[in-house]
This record gives sequence, structure tokens and C-alpha cells, in this order.
Amino acid sequence: MTQVDRQSWDVVVVGAGGAGLRAAIEAREQGARTAVICKSLFGKAHTVMAEGGIAASMGNVNAGDNWQVHFRDTMRGGKFLNQWRMAELHAQEAPDRVWELETWGALFDRTPDGRISQRNFGGHEFPRLAHVGDRTGLELIRTLQQKIVSLQQEDEREFGDHEARLKVFQECTVTRVLKEEGGGRVSGVFGYERESGRFFVIEAPSVVLATGGIGKSFKVTSNSWEYTGDGHALALLAGASLVNMEFVQFHPTGMVWPPSVKGILVTESVRGDGGVLRNSEGKRFMFDYVPDVFKEKYAQSEEEGDRWYEDQANNRRPPELLPRDEVARAINSEVKAGRGSPHGGVFLDVSTRLPAEVIKRKLPSMHHQFKELADVDITAEPMEVGPTCHYVMGGVDVDPDTTAAVGVPGLFAAGEVAGGMHGSNRLGGNSLSDLLVFGRRAGLHAAEYATGYAGADRAAPAGSDIDLAEAEALRPFSAEGSPPGTEPGRPPENPYTLHQELQQTMNDLVGIIRREAEMRQALEKLAQLRDRAGRAGVEGHRQFNPGWHLAIDLRNMLLVSECVARAALERRESRGGHTRDDYPDMERRWRRVNLVCRLSGSPGDPAAGDPALGRIRLERRETRPIRADLLGLFEKDELAKYLTDEELT
Amino acid sequence: MSSYEAHFKVWRGDADGGGPADFTVEVNDGEVVLDIIHRIQATQAPDLAVRWNCKAGKCGSCSAEINGRPRLLCMTRMSVFDRTETITVTPLRAFPVVRDLVTDVSFNYAKAREIPAFVPPAKLAPGEYRMRQEDVNRSQEFRKCIECFLCQDTCHVVRDHEENKTAFAGPRFLMRVAELDMHPLDAAAEAGLDRKRTAQDEHGLGYCNITKCCTEVCPEHIKITDNALIPLKERAVDRKYDPLVWLGNKIRRREA
Repeated sequence: MTQVDRQSWDVVVVGAGGAGLRAAIEAREQGARTAVICKSLFGKAHTVMAEGGIAASMGNVNAGDNWQVHFRDTMRGGKFLNQWRMAELHAQEAPDRVWELETWGALFDRTPDGRISQRNFGGHEFPRLAHVGDRTGLELIRTLQQKIVSLQQEDEREFGDHEARLKVFQECTVTRVLKEEGGGRVSGVFGYERESGRFFVIEAPSVVLATGGIGKSFKVTSNSWEYTGDGHALALLAGASLVNMEFVQFHPTGMVWPPSVKGILVTESVRGDGGVLRNSEGKRFMFDYVPDVFKEKYAQSEEEGDRWYEDQANNRRPPELLPRDEVARAINSEVKAGRGSPHGGVFLDVSTRLPAEVIKRKLPSMHHQFKELADVDITAEPMEVGPTCHYVMGGVDVDPDTTAAVGVPGLFAAGEVAGGMHGSNRLGGNSLSDLLVFGRRAGLHAAEYATGYAGADRAAPAGSDIDLAEAEALRPFSAEGSPPGTEPGRPPENPYTLHQELQQTMNDLVGIIRREAEMRQALEKLAQLRDRAGRAGVEGHRQFNPGWHLAIDLRNMLLVSECVARAALERRESRGGHTRDDYPDMERRWRRVNLVCRLSGSPGDPAAGDPALGRIRLERRETRPIRADLLGLFEKDELAKYLTDEELT
Repeated sequence: MSSYEAHFKVWRGDADGGGPADFTVEVNDGEVVLDIIHRIQATQAPDLAVRWNCKAGKCGSCSAEINGRPRLLCMTRMSVFDRTETITVTPLRAFPVVRDLVTDVSFNYAKAREIPAFVPPAKLAPGEYRMRQEDVNRSQEFRKCIECFLCQDTCHVVRDHEENKTAFAGPRFLMRVAELDMHPLDAAAEAGLDRKRTAQDEHGLGYCNITKCCTEVCPEHIKITDNALIPLKERAVDRKYDPLVWLGNKIRRREA
């Protein structure tokens, strides 16, 4: 066995965004020695980019709100495909998770009576999102970061060591979840320090995946570089399965110009606070795109929609606030029909709707972002926006109560990397609450599980796994052009080029509107890219070498991209974040089907597997029937739109 | 849409030394300096080290110095430069170089740990906190901080004075003290902690002579000096004499 730095902890959390940090805080407070590993600096995770708010039915602005209403909205948003137990826990626990942030120093915007203010958002019946202007994610991450520092200060007082029971390993990448000899229980993780390139092993009985999403597999995305599907791939490689991978959320409003910022998010709060969408003819086109399932819940006229901002009891909300999938498709259709804006989007206008001062106060980051990056003053002119890859609903198949990955003892997953909670489409604001609710649960159960394995009972990482992981990570430095027995003279591949081709493929062929032939083409292209990625080569050495890091991340992006493409090809209907041009309708019988992705072939070699069949095996699984008391929260008429007759009886 | 070739000098090297490397790179409409650094990576120097994350000015990762001025690479548009100008990109000067544009910013994380955390009021349960918007505005301004550490980099107390780093928390963390001190429900006093005194005695507030360099480089436009540091000095004044408070009192607080 090779010499790598080895440490032993009780719980390892991979990822330091909202879910990871909340998990770490909980595990540490449960008494577990907890290590957090993150690719960026501490406090820089993608969560900082969340803008709108945290959905929690505190009822501060409208006392009619409660967890049942939040649960209903979440299920409607996900088109009833949600893992309903997760949606239930989420709606029930979100208020406590928000209130506890205040005890750690968070400063949310206030109502006139001094409580936490809550704003309107797409798909939420009541004003529900706790927020800080349009920088809620920053507040969340900073609050959790500062709570971690305060726990470390406690440890410093007690043990003379800040990191006695809680340590953040920043700028480190995990490339493998390790298991015991024979492959049963989880035994730790293998990774490298980005700065030095040194390898390390952290042994731990519990590993929490909190790595976020997969957006960097798409060309136009609101996601940061970290979103390479690491946790999704780590879970697959460790023997876990992924569910709902066909559901990818395209946020309706990303920047479209200039090209270098294409995809950067324009918060939904713009619409929540009064902004409207118009096409090149000046028409508020969303009124033409209200689907039947939502007809009774949305305004039929501009006048009614406008009145709703002031009087929600007697008016219905404007259709600009439909769930994100509906709005994204509508924008896509308008552009396709030739009614788009000059740079291929539509107009989002808040300048004619609110006074400049109010815009600057409520949407300071958006004002700043457009001014600095696009020379657009949003208080005086409309923005140009279009859909951008934003979030993956699919993820690790977990137990809803404990977040334990199904079939892999010791592995947990929370946040975007976990699947099920949001069904086929996530509502805005439900991500930050998801991170907190299930981050806490992951930390709790990971700590409990670790406590059950003390000393000699702990699984040790299999030595051969560590050797394999090391060889895999080093491969890009010795990339040979041609493997033995193939055509000679092929040069090593540039990882940046491969990444660009992957992004283009996913964007063009498995994007917002999908067709069978294109997805088949995508799978062929992915197989070629997988082959070429096996020859991705890098220059230089291991110290902070971004080309090398990307070459390693390609494995993960290719695995998750294949999951998305295979599942999307299989699901012959349109629902939420999955729109089929060739199967445009939602089919009730498909609601009962979860598509489950597993790794085929040997987990040791990600390049192995039949090239035609690829690396992913797809299975259909029937969803669990929704509990009767939860079904009782809906009118029968509404249920009939989603559930089959047989389920209704 | 027009493209041109720009001349770049990018510092390359590590702790043992290094120097500027010349690149000629394509620039397109609307691009920012980070786009150009990425193009250099993708086409000419795949191992060029740079930190970045969100590329939207929200995470504060891509701090560096452009033509000697501390800035975020992702928020510096190429259009602010003359097309013939050579653009020099160097790592943050106040921190040790790791490699190329990446510096060791652990100084900041160490300082963060020295600031005592928020002390929750003993008698309020979660959900019972009541604060007026007017009373949280001040601390909220400071919580806009994205921890890019440009203020820490530019502050002359430490920029060329390594020896001051032990005693001086830097603008970002003095502002953190101010933020907690102005938090309407922080119960530090009840717990026997005097934040104003510790700002002066333990975090080096006295070193600051309010030249406002920090405010000038802040990408979030936080009035660090006027709204955080000077008021903190004023609040500390009855504990300790500070001649700069005289000056501070002459300068009106600005609106955020």
C-alpha cells in the first residue's frame, strides 16, 4: 500500500454549502468528531449564490400559512412525484430551522412588527420566503460558517485546539468513497489537497455527501465550477443509486447578454416583487401559458394579477409566478416563435413597475449585477433573460427520515445531491430550507450511526481501494495517446476541450426540450467522450493545477450526464423539469414510476463497461403510495389530475 | 460584436519565486478579466492557478491585483481598459503566494476565529426574536461582505508590514466586531464581554488611521471606514483615548 496521509474522524462531510455545514454543526453537537471537506475556501460554496430566500411557513406575513399549505405547494410544484415523506418533513421542520439561524446571529429582513419578513415566490400560495434582500444565500452560508467558528472557539477553550472536534479541510477534493474489505460498509474517503496535490485518506464510519448539483455539465448554467456532480458520482461508484435524474431545472431567468455572463441567475424575487415578462411585441405572454392543472389558481387578466400584489385575499397571482418549469418553457416557446429580445431572450421588466428606490432596496444585487456586467440599469430599462440550467431534482436515493443512502451502510446524502424531495420540479426557496432540514437530519443520523461503531468495530478502508484511487487520480499525468491495440498516434486529450464538448452536447441534446433521436445521439457522444476522457492528459505538476483537477472531475460529469440522458430517454411523458417534444403530455401512470440509475460493470474502473450499453443501468421502480392523511389535504378534483383512477379508489 | 487581441502579463510562480509571463489573448465583447484568464488556461497554460467560484461577484474567491489595484477578476470588465494597454495581473500582495494567482489567505481565517461569536439573548427562545428593520440595517450592511479580503490586502497596516499581522485583525474583522456590537440582540455585554474594549485592546483598532483604502476597494461598496470603523472608534472612546476619534467626529456618517 502506498503512503498517504491518514486521519481518523467519526463523521466526514463532503461539501461545505448549506447542507454540509448544517450537517457538520449537528454531528458535532451530537458529540461526533466531524471533518468537513470542501473544494473551495470555507464560506465560498455555491449556496452563496442563492438569492430569493428560505421557504418556511412561519406565517409572519400571512397568518393563514402552515406546514400543510407548504406541503401542498411543494407537491404541486413537483407534479406529485415528490418523495412525499421528505416533502412532509421539510414543510414541518423548515420554520424551526430558520428561527434557529437567528440564534446564531442571522439578520433577516423584518416585518413592521419586528418578525422575519417573508416574500412571495413562484408556486407558493402565501408570502413564505425568509430573506435578506436578494442575498439570502450569503446570509445563510455566513451564519453557518460563523456558527462553526463559534463551536471551534468552544473547543479552543475546552481543549486548547480549535479543531479538536470540528475541522474544515478546505480546497480539497474527494475522489472516492472508501469501503471495507469486501465492499460492505463505508470506511472513509480518498481525496487530494488542491493546493499541494497531496493525497489523503480520512477514515470514518459515516460519510455525508453534500456536494450540490451537476450544472457544469451544461453550457448555459447558473452554477459555479464546483457543480460537477461529484457526490452523485461518488455515490454511484460506492454502490448507491440515483433517482429522478431526468429532472433538471432550467431556471427561467438567467442573463443572456453579454456572452461571458450568459446563464448567471436573475432572481425570481424580481417577479415576486412585481417584475413582469414581456416579448418583443410588448405583450405579457405568460397569460397564454397557464396549464390546465393551474388554471383556477392564477389570474386571467393583467388587472387581476396587478391587484394581487396589494390584495392577495381577493385576487389570484399573476402567471409570471407559475412554477419555474412552466415559465422556462413559455420563454423558450416565445423565443422560438420569433418574439424574443435582441440577444435571444425575453424582457423582464421591473423598471415600469416599481420606483427606482424600491428596486435598489429590494433587489440590490440584481441592480449591481446588471450595472456592472451588462451596462443595464434595471431601474430604468428592462433586463433580457432566458432559461439557464439551475438545479437537478434527481440525486442519491435516500431514506427520507435519516438521509441514509439506500443500500450503502454509512453513506448519507443531503441537499441538492439527494433525490426525491422536489419530485419533478423544485419550487424557489425550497432549496435553502431543504439544505437546513435535511442537512441537520444527515448530521444527526450520521453521528448516531458512527457512535454505534467504536474502536475495533470500525471498518478499515480496503488497501486495494486506496491504491486504485491513487492510480486513478494520477492517470492524467501519464496519459498516453493510444492504448495498446488501437490506432497509433492519437495525442492526449485536452480536458478543457472535452469539458466544452460535453457542455455543448448536454445543452443541445438533453436540454430544456428533449427528443428521442437527440438523446440517442447524446448517448453516443457521451460514449465517445468517455473514451477520450480516459486519455485526458495534463501538463505541469500536482500543485494547484486546474487542468488536472478538471481531468479528474470529467469522470463525474460524464457519469451524471449519462444518468440524465438515459433517464430522460426512458421517461416518455413531460413532467416538471423534463419536457419531451415527442411526448408533450403529463401521463398519470408515469407518476407511479421512479427511474433508478446504478453503475454497471466494475466500480473500480470508471472507463470500463460495454461502450454501447454505457456505464449506467436503468431500472423502473414503483413509487410508494402517498399516505392517506396527506392525500386528504387536497381536493379530489385536483388529485384526479395527477393520480390514476386506480390510485384514487 | 468585435474581438481583439489583448496583451497580458500574468504573474507565474510559487513560494520560491516567479515573475510575469506574457500572453496575447483574444477578447470578446462584454468579457471580464476572469474570462481572459480562463481562455489562457484553456488554450495556452492549462496549469495556470487561479481561484474562482461563482463568476458573479457573490463569493469573493477571485481576488487579485489588476494593474496593481486589488479587484475581483470576475467583476472587472475588459472594456475599462484601453485595447492597446498591457494588463498586468498579480496575486494579492499582502498574503504569501501559493502558486500563480493563488495566495495563502489563512491569516483571515485565523483572525475570524479571534472574534467572539454572537451571544444569543438568554431569555428569548428561537422564534421570539423581534427586531426593527431600522435597527438591523447597520449590521446588515456589514453582512453584505463576501469575504474577498481585498480590504485586508490593501490595508497599509499590514500590506507592507508583516509584523503588524499578529496584533491587527484588519478591516474585515474589525467590521465584524462592529456588526456584532450593533446587533440589536447581541448579549455580549450581559455575558461580560465588552466588544468595544476588545476591538481596541485585542483586535488592533488603534492601528487604523481611517485612510479609507478598504472602503475604496470594497466590491460590495460597504462604507467600512465611515459606518463600521469610525463608529467603533467612537464607541471605544470612553474606554480609551484615541486621537483619531477627533477626526472621526469631524466626518459625518454616510448613508449605505
